[in-house]
Amino acid sequence: MAKKTPAINSSSTADIAFLLLCYFLMTTTMGSQTGLQRRLPPMPDKNQKVEDQKVNRRNIIVVKINSADRILAGSDPIDISQLKDKIKIFLSNPTDDPTLPEKVATDIEGYGQAMVSKGVISLQNDRGTSYQAYIAVQNELVAAINELRDEFATRNYGKTFMQLPEDKQDIVKKAVPQNISEAEPKDVAKK
Amino acid sequence: MSKFKASGKRETPGITSGSLSDIVFMLLFFFMVTTQMRDQEQKVVVKLPEATEVVKLERKDLSSYINIGTPTRALQAQYGTDARIQLNDSFKTVDDIRDFIAAERESMSEGDRQFMTTVIKADQDVRMGIITDVKQELRRCSALKIMYSARKASKE
Repeated sequence: MAKKTPAINSSSTADIAFLLLCYFLMTTTMGSQTGLQRRLPPMPDKNQKVEDQKVNRRNIIVVKINSADRILAGSDPIDISQLKDKIKIFLSNPTDDPTLPEKVATDIEGYGQAMVSKGVISLQNDRGTSYQAYIAVQNELVAAINELRDEFATRNYGKTFMQLPEDKQDIVKKAVPQNISEAEPKDVAKK
Repeated sequence: MSKFKASGKRETPGITSGSLSDIVFMLLFFFMVTTQMRDQEQKVVVKLPEATEVVKLERKDLSSYINIGTPTRALQAQYGTDARIQLNDSFKTVDDIRDFIAAERESMSEGDRQFMTTVIKADQDVRMGIITDVKQELRRCSALKIMYSARKASKE
């Protein structure tokens, strides 16, 4: 007759698992990285002559942040809460104002002709600007563009930008481009 | 009338703890899946700025981190309270970024190098001067894809 094997005491496996759990809790970090994605302009060639790109004056808006975190958009000082609306008006130019950027009919694959604004936002900062203010301004600029993209998407597809499939998102991205130029650093502060 | 009376000594049955380990293992797997290994020791204090329009970093394995902030309290006696750059596990200067980026590139496969993202994790009170220097250096190394790390703030 076969002997019965005695049951293995399994109450300690919980302890082992707890030890493992504690190890993972200590050595790992939670949460994913989030942030604002940007592409830096490539360094200009040394041989290449520095020539200013001919951008029509009406097509560019200069956003400056000084060392006291004050913001200048275009020609007048502005509060950060108003910046988004100003950028939206600048980029969409709803009344075809001749002082605001021109719009060019561009063929977009899969959509047809769309009026694409040629507006460029040029962001300049001082060495003494705080990072927080800089990110806040960057955030407002992205928010303005995102809202315009949402408007374009709802008008044409009846959905917000994030709900669209990827190929449609590309079309919207082409129709509402994100032209933010981070200019060469300038030392504006005079101490 | 003794129908409902407890008769004699009754022992409470022991709770089986066999399934306890299963529960703990489930917890364990949850943490293993949702977290990632801490890759380096923080030597600078970084309180990220808030932003509403943040996007998630897509390829975590293809990113390298540049930490900028004031040294932690324990290290302040040695390094002062000025904002410093931390690469990997030590304080570095702007000039070391070139080597750091080269090393990071080297560790990636050929096809992945173009997708490399440099994540700038800077404290919110840092001045832009140091960040501009870092950005210029990154441009010189043609590591153009960058990300300003920020916390997600709730939209109002």
